[in-house]
Amino acid sequence: MKFTGRAWVFGDNVDTDVIIPARYLNTVQPEELALHCMEDIDPEFAKKVKRGDIIVAGRNFGCGSSREHAPLAIKAAGVSCVIAKSFARIFYRNAINIGLSVLECEEAAENIKENDLVEVDLERGIIKNLTSGKEFAAKPYPDFIEEIIRAGGLLNYARRGGQGRV
Amino acid sequence: MKMTISQKIIAYHSGRDYVEPGEFVFADVDLALANDITGPVAISEFKKAGGSEVFDRDKIALIPDHFTPCKDIKSAELCKALREFAREQRITHYYEVGRMGIEHALLPEMGLVLPGDLVIGADSHTCTYGALGAFSTGVGSTDLAFAMMTGKCWLRVPESMKFEYVGKPNPYVTGKDLILYTIGDIGVDGALYKSMEFAGEALKFLSMDERFTMTNMAVEAGAKNGIMEPDEKTLEYARKRGKREFKVLRSDEGAPYVDIRTYDVSQINPQVAKPHSPDNVVDVYELADVKIDQVVIGSCTNGRLEDMRMAARVLKGKKVHPEVRLIIIPATQEVSLQMVKEGITEVFLEAGAVVSTPTCGPCLGGHMGILAKGERAVATTNRNFVGRMGHPESEVYLSNPAVAAASAVLGRIAHPEEVVRG
Repeated sequence: MKFTGRAWVFGDNVDTDVIIPARYLNTVQPEELALHCMEDIDPEFAKKVKRGDIIVAGRNFGCGSSREHAPLAIKAAGVSCVIAKSFARIFYRNAINIGLSVLECEEAAENIKENDLVEVDLERGIIKNLTSGKEFAAKPYPDFIEEIIRAGGLLNYARRGGQGRV
Repeated sequence: MKMTISQKIIAYHSGRDYVEPGEFVFADVDLALANDITGPVAISEFKKAGGSEVFDRDKIALIPDHFTPCKDIKSAELCKALREFAREQRITHYYEVGRMGIEHALLPEMGLVLPGDLVIGADSHTCTYGALGAFSTGVGSTDLAFAMMTGKCWLRVPESMKFEYVGKPNPYVTGKDLILYTIGDIGVDGALYKSMEFAGEALKFLSMDERFTMTNMAVEAGAKNGIMEPDEKTLEYARKRGKREFKVLRSDEGAPYVDIRTYDVSQINPQVAKPHSPDNVVDVYELADVKIDQVVIGSCTNGRLEDMRMAARVLKGKKVHPEVRLIIIPATQEVSLQMVKEGITEVFLEAGAVVSTPTCGPCLGGHMGILAKGERAVATTNRNFVGRMGHPESEVYLSNPAVAAASAVLGRIAHPEEVVRG
């Protein structure tokens, strides 16, 4: 799968409270959550983000709460992929489990600027900054994670008889 | 092969003699937990995936604690979904308002988590139970749906970091101060994906309540879990409250640690985390000129009985500063009742505080004490991110309950001795 989109660049330790503030957690509707995605860090984000756009961030993206509403909001906002130097662990597993693409790549995170046009080849783990022409290799997924991604998320993986074995 | 206590619990729950840090396993869970925010998402995923019956109705806990008593129609609908699912599936551990408490205070208090258990919860502070010598970790709603169906959870076996606390803590230096100090040392991603194992002679000075505070905040350093080997205090607590057998596991001599740090607690003062990060930690003395509008004493971090006793010792015979609102939230019904019996509630009410029903409430900016633009709070909670307790331009300082109580009296951030002496 390949995505192309404009980059939205954020710093280190973007927490789940700014990704989707708790005041909006009284709903489980992804479309409603998407309206407030990133609201407390960039109030314009939800209005301006376009389908296919890519979030690029620093270290520990998604730290804080376990709310799956965070990756759900990002996905429903139309974001195709999150690239970060590193991810907080619950956010990471939530993203994998619900099928939001997440790529760890320190170099890409350092060399992509706001609004750069970025292409991601998910299968090969290649990130291309089409604006600067630079190319980066994302950290490969462990085999087990790759299996869940290929199945289309944890529950699809389970449906195919995946539980109980690794 | 030598293993840490975390490795041993994971190995035991995945039918293995040995597990290696970095490998992936499916582990059996002793308890799977969700609340009124994460539960409804898990229930909807459970149903979408064709789930009809949960794997074991005794091993699931559904606790409506975040927005309860329901703050608006939407949150009432979420609680209704949780309640209906609990009834339909005949979930044993569903607790209604009036009998419930904040999940991470309630479950240990009820003896539902015991040493050697493996617990997952769709709440990041599930790591709290590590104080009992259990492996417990926060996951998401889809993980919870999967566990409700299969009784299992996928886990990457974490590397362990060891934190040794030596010496004797000074007055007003609590478990909260030790964990804030530690997070300040290693940073909010200092233990990312890893297990934080707390050890050392200083821990024996800490009550179980203070130990829960420490393991509770392991996630604030990015950790997968926080854990302590059981000692006599742990076993006494577990025996008194538990109604089943449990397994006491300890780390092997020579078990692998990627990092070992030692702290002399006699050198640590009460700590405060400044906005907007739990690792932005300084000594309380450095903040004596910071004026405040609100104080919150409560949460899964510091809403237990010892926390309330500590706050009451500072507040006895004192008045809350005229420009400050002091909101006190006992974590469970049992804590609430005991506060009444010990005269603690009276101390708080006479001081001019408000005492609430158990709820997560303002900790996550839900309700019961939201901050306006520019307002500043001292809270015994666990996070001080931008907008955490209300307006994105409000501020939260994290502290222990004695510092919070003293700050409420003086209207500025204060060391408890400033109030107790006077």
